[in-house]
Amino acid sequence: MQKLARCLGALLAVLAALFLAAPAAAQGSGETIHGTLEYQDAPVAGVTITVSTADGEEVGTAQTAADGTWEVPVPGPGDYTVVLDAATLPSTAPGVARDTIETTVNPQQRKVVLFRVGAPEGGGGSDQPSPSQTAPPQGGEGEGGTESGAPEGGTVEDVTVTAGNNQLLQLFVSGVRFGLILGLAGLGLSLVFGTTGLTNFAHGELIVFGAVAALLLNQAGMPILLAALVATLLSAVFGWGQDRGFWRPLRKKPTGLIALMIISIGVSLFLRYLTQFIIGGGRETYDQYTYQDPVEIGPLSITPRDLIIMGICAVLLAAVALALTRTRMGKATRAVADNPALAAASGINVDRVITVVWTVGTALAGLSGIFFGMIQGVDYLMGMRILLLVFAATVLGGLGTAWGAMVGALVVGIFIEVSAYVVPSELKTAGVLVVLILILLVRPQGILGRRERVG
Amino acid sequence: MDWGNILELSLRELIGVQAIVFALAAIGINVQFGYTGLLNFGQAAFAAVGGYGIAVIVTTYDMSFWLGLVVGIVGAIVLALLLGIPTLRLRADYLAIVTIAASEIVRLVGRSAWGRDVFGGSDGITGFSNAFYDLNPFTEPFEFGPFQFRERVLWVLVVGWVLVAVCTLVVWLLMRSPWGRVLKGIREDEDAVRSLGKNVYAYKMQSLVLGGVIGALAGMVYSLFQGAMQPDVYATNFTFFAYAILILGGAATVFGPVLGAAIVWFAFQFIDLALRGAIQQEYIPSWLMDANDTGAVRFMLTGIVLVLLLVFRPQGILGDRREIALDAR
Repeated sequence: MQKLARCLGALLAVLAALFLAAPAAAQGSGETIHGTLEYQDAPVAGVTITVSTADGEEVGTAQTAADGTWEVPVPGPGDYTVVLDAATLPSTAPGVARDTIETTVNPQQRKVVLFRVGAPEGGGGSDQPSPSQTAPPQGGEGEGGTESGAPEGGTVEDVTVTAGNNQLLQLFVSGVRFGLILGLAGLGLSLVFGTTGLTNFAHGELIVFGAVAALLLNQAGMPILLAALVATLLSAVFGWGQDRGFWRPLRKKPTGLIALMIISIGVSLFLRYLTQFIIGGGRETYDQYTYQDPVEIGPLSITPRDLIIMGICAVLLAAVALALTRTRMGKATRAVADNPALAAASGINVDRVITVVWTVGTALAGLSGIFFGMIQGVDYLMGMRILLLVFAATVLGGLGTAWGAMVGALVVGIFIEVSAYVVPSELKTAGVLVVLILILLVRPQGILGRRERVG
Repeated sequence: MDWGNILELSLRELIGVQAIVFALAAIGINVQFGYTGLLNFGQAAFAAVGGYGIAVIVTTYDMSFWLGLVVGIVGAIVLALLLGIPTLRLRADYLAIVTIAASEIVRLVGRSAWGRDVFGGSDGITGFSNAFYDLNPFTEPFEFGPFQFRERVLWVLVVGWVLVAVCTLVVWLLMRSPWGRVLKGIREDEDAVRSLGKNVYAYKMQSLVLGGVIGALAGMVYSLFQGAMQPDVYATNFTFFAYAILILGGAATVFGPVLGAAIVWFAFQFIDLALRGAIQQEYIPSWLMDANDTGAVRFMLTGIVLVLLLVFRPQGILGDRREIALDAR
């Protein structure tokens, strides 16, 4: 069998040479080397990868696609050298651990070769590496020094946390910041669930919408603060339009809640990959406020940007809380959440309430997306990552209650950052999700949820 | 554009390995969602557990391939119990959120540097499929009309389709048994079934376990075919895809998942090749999209098709509309 395969391989090599003009024809049947290039969960596109034989003869090159995949057909089994051209890495990726990998391709094998993008000693794809990595030392050879020196190289990372004696306090503040933004992001999900019963899996994409709208406006030359304002307004319009043009007709149809949930998955897939289509697979940053020098407040060091973000979040959360308890609209919202039929019977325009909830919820989600974008950078997968944490926050607090969403978000935010003290930072998301499952085991209605039969 | 070539390569996908993997994953979801009404959004986790079962046992611990199979299946059963115990008594959306969280936990732990010694980190694990290919009875490529399958692929295809057939048969037999009727009863009205003296919780758990084990088989087939177990294959999109396939084919039907998987992978390959061809020939202007964007476009289409199906034809191709008028309770 081996012999046959070798013959086949030789034959293929001849064929490949013959059909060089139409390489696609040979691609489906021979040995290939392929892989996926990723950095921090996001695919890295447009990187050149070259494959050559053991004696240095070049076989082919490939560029990673938008989803990070690449593939080079090889003439047959044997030893190959795969080289990643570090110069073609986007500026968001700090470097590659090993840019040359030697591999052996067995007969008829589709060999997987993976490059580890990241700082040379930076253990894998953690979301927010420890502070020592924020300006990655490039390989020690001084090879990629052009990138590591400038702040743009590593600024997608969190700069609040600085190493020091009071690391725990720093992590706590970082967690409060994260929790406040998460609370803003989760309000819409929780209120929409409360008023319509829809578990919206496309909520993550509403967060991304704000971040991407601000990014595009910013790239078109608008200063980021103005872009953020406009993007928040656009988010509100997006939420209004989505309810009026899409969800309301579906509710009227009527569509079952589980069907609506799966529809929201379809919407999420569409919006997520539309985002990838528009901004590509890499991680983009705004042109301002991605890096600031922290100021010292007592034992804390924090950037002015983070202080302002935390302030805005706290004010908005308080405003929503007040609006829910003090205004007519807020009371109507709570009435609809409690019992839509009864609310309608007592003269509340349920559809109008739901539209307002969608509009405000999407605007807040969009704004939170902009904040996340300032801190972590914008990429098309951020919605899915944040959505799971938002779910954790709302379920933890009690699905459908606005207070629950806020409290749950703070708990999740603080837990996720402080847990980095004990848990490897790449596993902190997993840690939160484990805690979520454990809490459901003991207290299924969440921390603040009403004790009712939920099943 | 060479339409003959495009059609030929697309037709291969009708019975390709991807179709097998997603048919298995969708059969599992069909048991849980289609027949019992359980929203398992963590099918990717079950598939990953199946794949890791073989990979970890064979490569990391250097033990037998057969033990790996057993460990993968037992792992899926344990995972189903772990997920089911806290959530099966709760409303449907809790199970959805917990299972999607679990699938990310499995993936994050699998790709972490912390567990690299066991799970191979984000590179995954290779070198565990030799025992499987040593069993390969085929020594020559198989030719059928314009199609040619190399012996290695042929072996995966035969094993895979036998598995799909067995699972389909098992589901068909189970669902016409009294046990299956209880499951459908739970889907329609849980309280009514409970009032008949059935232990709804136990039935739901059995359904979750059965669907999860079938999902684990999907992961095993895929990682054996690839010769590599890579955690990022089993992201949440894997699950969403399987749902799209199930709903297209028809939830709560025996052949729905298989039909859906074949159609979806044929359509995917066709769209992909046609788009690439059109870009190459510059029928599509390069400012609009380039060859790198075809992946995103087909995911966008999946999303649109999923929405349109549920709005206009929720029963899919084979289904019965009355059978899937589900609500969240």
